[in-house]
This record gives sequence, C-alpha cells and structure tokens, in this order.
Amino acid sequence: MSTVVLLAVTGLGLGALYFLVASGLSLIFGLMDVLNFAHGALLSIGAYGSWWAASGHVPGAGFSGAGFVLAVAFGTAVGTLAAVVLELALIRPLYERPREQVLATVGVGLAVPALLSAIWGSDARPFPGPHALSGTFGLLGARIPVNRLVLVAAALVVLAALRLFLGRTRHGLVVRAGVEDRAMVTALGIDVRRAFTLVFAIGGAAAALGGALGGLYYGSVDPGQGTSLLIFAFVVVVMGGMGSVAGAALAAAGVGLVQQFANYYAASGLGDLAVVVLLAVLLLLRPSGLTGRLA
Amino acid sequence: MSTASQGAGAEPEPLLAVRGLRVVLGGRHILHGVDLDVAPAGVTALLGRNGAGKTTTVRGVLGLVPRTGSVRFRGEETAGLATHALVRRGIGYAPEDRGVFAGLTVAENLRLAERPGAGAPDYPLVHELFPELKQRARQLAGTLSGGQQQMVAIGRTLLNGNRLIIADEPTKGLAPRVVTEVAQVLERAAQAVPVLLVEQNLALVRRLATSCVVLADGRTAHRGPAADLLADAEATRLLLGVGTARGTAPTAAPDSPHTTAPATAAGHNRPDSPEGPTVPPRPAGSPAPEEADA
Repeated sequence: MSTVVLLAVTGLGLGALYFLVASGLSLIFGLMDVLNFAHGALLSIGAYGSWWAASGHVPGAGFSGAGFVLAVAFGTAVGTLAAVVLELALIRPLYERPREQVLATVGVGLAVPALLSAIWGSDARPFPGPHALSGTFGLLGARIPVNRLVLVAAALVVLAALRLFLGRTRHGLVVRAGVEDRAMVTALGIDVRRAFTLVFAIGGAAAALGGALGGLYYGSVDPGQGTSLLIFAFVVVVMGGMGSVAGAALAAAGVGLVQQFANYYAASGLGDLAVVVLLAVLLLLRPSGLTGRLA
Repeated sequence: MSTASQGAGAEPEPLLAVRGLRVVLGGRHILHGVDLDVAPAGVTALLGRNGAGKTTTVRGVLGLVPRTGSVRFRGEETAGLATHALVRRGIGYAPEDRGVFAGLTVAENLRLAERPGAGAPDYPLVHELFPELKQRARQLAGTLSGGQQQMVAIGRTLLNGNRLIIADEPTKGLAPRVVTEVAQVLERAAQAVPVLLVEQNLALVRRLATSCVVLADGRTAHRGPAADLLADAEATRLLLGVGTARGTAPTAAPDSPHTTAPATAAGHNRPDSPEGPTVPPRPAGSPAPEEADA
C-alpha cells in the first residue's frame, strides 16, 4: 500500500512538471500553430537562472527560506524574458514560413543546452533546496518527499491562474478565440500578435517555474533536463488536445502516473514505452484529445 | 465599364475605392484586377458566379490574403495596414462562413468585437435588432442555428459605430423566414452605414442594393446601378449565369419585369446552373414568393 501511495504521489509530482511545460506548449501551439521545440530550453533557463541566483549571485537569494523563493522568482523572470525575446526576435519574423520557424525553435532548443554546458559544464549541478522542502512526511504509511507536494501545488496554482486568465480577462478571451480562428480575431480589429507575445510570456513563465521546481525534484540541474522533459510534454499536449489547458492537466497526471507505475512494477525504463503506447491508444480512440476543447 | 455613381447630383467620393486588386494564392492568380467603389451611402452589391472571386476580393480588401493594388478607405491608402488596423478604422465584417467562435458564448462573441478605447459598444441596438442574442447570451455559439449564428456575425458588425459593413453572403443556407429577418436588419443598418454586400440571392439584391459590381474570372466585368442590371434580363444572364433570382426570395419585387419565383430550395438553383429565366416549379410546403413580404 505504502509503495502505491509513494508511486502515486511521485507520479503526480512528475505530472506536475510535465504540466508546467505542456500548458504553455499547448497554448502556443493552439493559438499560433507553432511547435515550439525551444520550450525545453526555457525550462533549462529557468532552472539555471534559479540555481545561479541561489548560488550567491543575486543578493538575498539562496537555497533556503525566503531566499529560495526569490531565487525561483528570479529564474522564472529570466525564463519569461527569454520567451518574450524568442517570440519577438525569432518566431514573429518567421510567421509566414512555418518550416523555418520550426527549424529555428529546434536550433534554439539545441543551442541553449550547449551554451549552458559551455558556461557551467555538462555535469549536473547540485540544487539542494530549502531544508523544509527536502524532508519527507508520512501518508498512509508511505514516506513522501515534501518537494512532490510543492510541485503539485505549483501546478494547481498555475492551472487555476490560467483558467482565470482565459475565462475572465479580455486577453484570455482573445487567446481562446485565436485558438479557434486567428484570422477572424484580426478581422474584428484585434492585434492578435500581442496575444502571441503574451502567450509566449505565460508559457515561458510556467516552463521556467517548472525548471526551478524541477531542480528541487531531481536535486540537481543539468543542461539536458529541459530537452528530456520536452518530449513527454509534447506527448501530454497531444493527449490533452492542442490548445486545451484542462486537457493538458489531465494528460500530464496520467502520463506521470503511468510512467512511475510501469517503471516500478514492470521494468525500469518501461514507463517511457508505456507512455508512448498510451498515446497511441488514446489517439486511436479519441483523436481530438482527452477533452477535445479548450480550457 | 460604367461608373458606380447613380442618382442625380455631384459624384461623391467613394467610401471605399479599390483599384487593380490582384491576389495570388498558392501560385494561382485568383484576382487579376478588381475595381470597385462603395458609395458613402446605401448598399453596394458585389455579384458574380461562383468562383468569380467575390470572397477573395473581400478578403483582399481586408488584407486577410496577400494582395497588390490600391485599396483606399475614407480617402486613406490602406496597402501597408495590417488587417486589425484597417478594421479599427471603422469596418464591420461578417464573413462567408460567419466567423462565429463556436467555443465561446454569444456574449463572448460580441464582447470580442468591442473596441476598447473607441467608444462604448452599442448593445442596445444589437439587442433591439436581435432580441434572441440577449436571451441566448450564455449559450455556446457553436450550438446556435445557422440563422442565429448569422445574427451574431451581423451583431458584431453593428456594435462599433462602423463606417462600412462588409457582409459576405449573409443569407446563404438560411431558412426563408431567417433570410427575411436578415434582409430587414441589413436594410435598416444600411440607412445608417454603407454596406458592401456579397450576395447570390438576386431578389435580395433587388430589394437592398443601389449600385452593383459584377466580377467575372477575377476581374470587374460590370459596374453600375443595381436596378439597371437586374432590369436587363440578358445582361443578368450573361454576367451572372441566371435570369432569375436564386433560392428563397425574401421579396420578389412585384413591379419587376421578370419577377421571379423562389427556386425549389435554398442553394439548389445556384447561378452556376444557367437555367435561363425559367421558373422552376414550387414544391408543396415551400413558401410562396409573396409570403416574405407580409
């Protein structure tokens, strides 16, 4: 029983990480038809930004207490900024050329980890996290690492914030309409490109937050983390339905759980395979994704 | 080619003046040079057979497809303007497929057309013309009937005090009763705002339009008063491929020399099928031509 509980909570923690990456990825694809292969790079930037800030480079930031919150906020801010720069400098000039656009994002997705390796080395850097978050607590006889809960809580907060944004604000309305029919949004007199930049910023923020909290989950940061998480985030996006935030949340939890349980009960490494099988089955049964609709 | 002006008096500067509009899509030349004027008042009909380039002309004017040529709106050349910037200068657009956002509610569809910073949206007008939209405010637009969706599309164009309304086949595929309703709204809207109307329903054109532009094979083939063209059965047949009105006529003008009966069903008697000025038999249950006038 305790094993099942531990696997479930760990799976949900991993799913939370996937959701933080996939939510932005899904909105970006839904609104802009951009497959952003650089999204993992944004996660890595968030992770290294937090690590760098916590390592004494930003006054007040550190690996404990309020300093850790500041470090995570710093990493998230850097990731957000990077996402905005990426959209304005690289994605926007290539809107009429989708193939070049995809190649450009792939290029950034490769270049950023290479850059991080060049500066800080390719080895994983320890990311201790605050003492309060590094312990465990008892739940139904299992010892659960606290950081899993932090991840799940962060994902739930992001999910709630995204739903509020999409459902209650005019910008959110523009994004939802743009996911359906971008051209018609412009034909109503709305500059949809501003929504593009906004969605990139939101997606970048969520991914960078995922990177910072991913450091907590793995206990370290390394240049390749973003890339490996990105693959599963894409699976989550496809399963959840392109452009659907709620679908991404459901799919992320599903993928995280399946991976953990399959890795433990079948054979280590089989979890990744199980996720691909799950994707194939879902696509055959429900081609439009879990919910088939947005938000 | 005749001029677009009609009526007595000095020719006013057109609200919208299009010259030499060309559009190439996927390597195919869709428009080879469309000229059209929209007068500062009344309804200008944009006519032509299927595939003549009517919808592409509208999309080209709005910059929704890449185009070359001159498009002057209220005296300003709009060639370099993005679609949203042109629209914000005062254009309401109801596209051919209605462009309603199925996943949004009726209220959200309308709210999207609001232009913050450009005056209060005229909800009283929209709700007066389409009371149903108020009742169905919280309903998802995707679950509306075609007629109700068209009300949303037209309602969005009336919300903003626009200077020009462009309606692309607003009665296509609608039930006869709804065609009448849409026609009445367009007629009323046109008293305040000029309308560029793409329409295949010639009875509707006869009722609403003052001037008309006819496209053929991506070019302007004819410009002039709408009544003159429609009074000329031969020209109508040559230019539009029909001698009669298509579909469910909301009003068949009784004084017209070739007053037409509605075709068997909406859309069946497309102008592409040149049947000449014959009157197809009316099946039982279909509305009489005069019914809509009541």
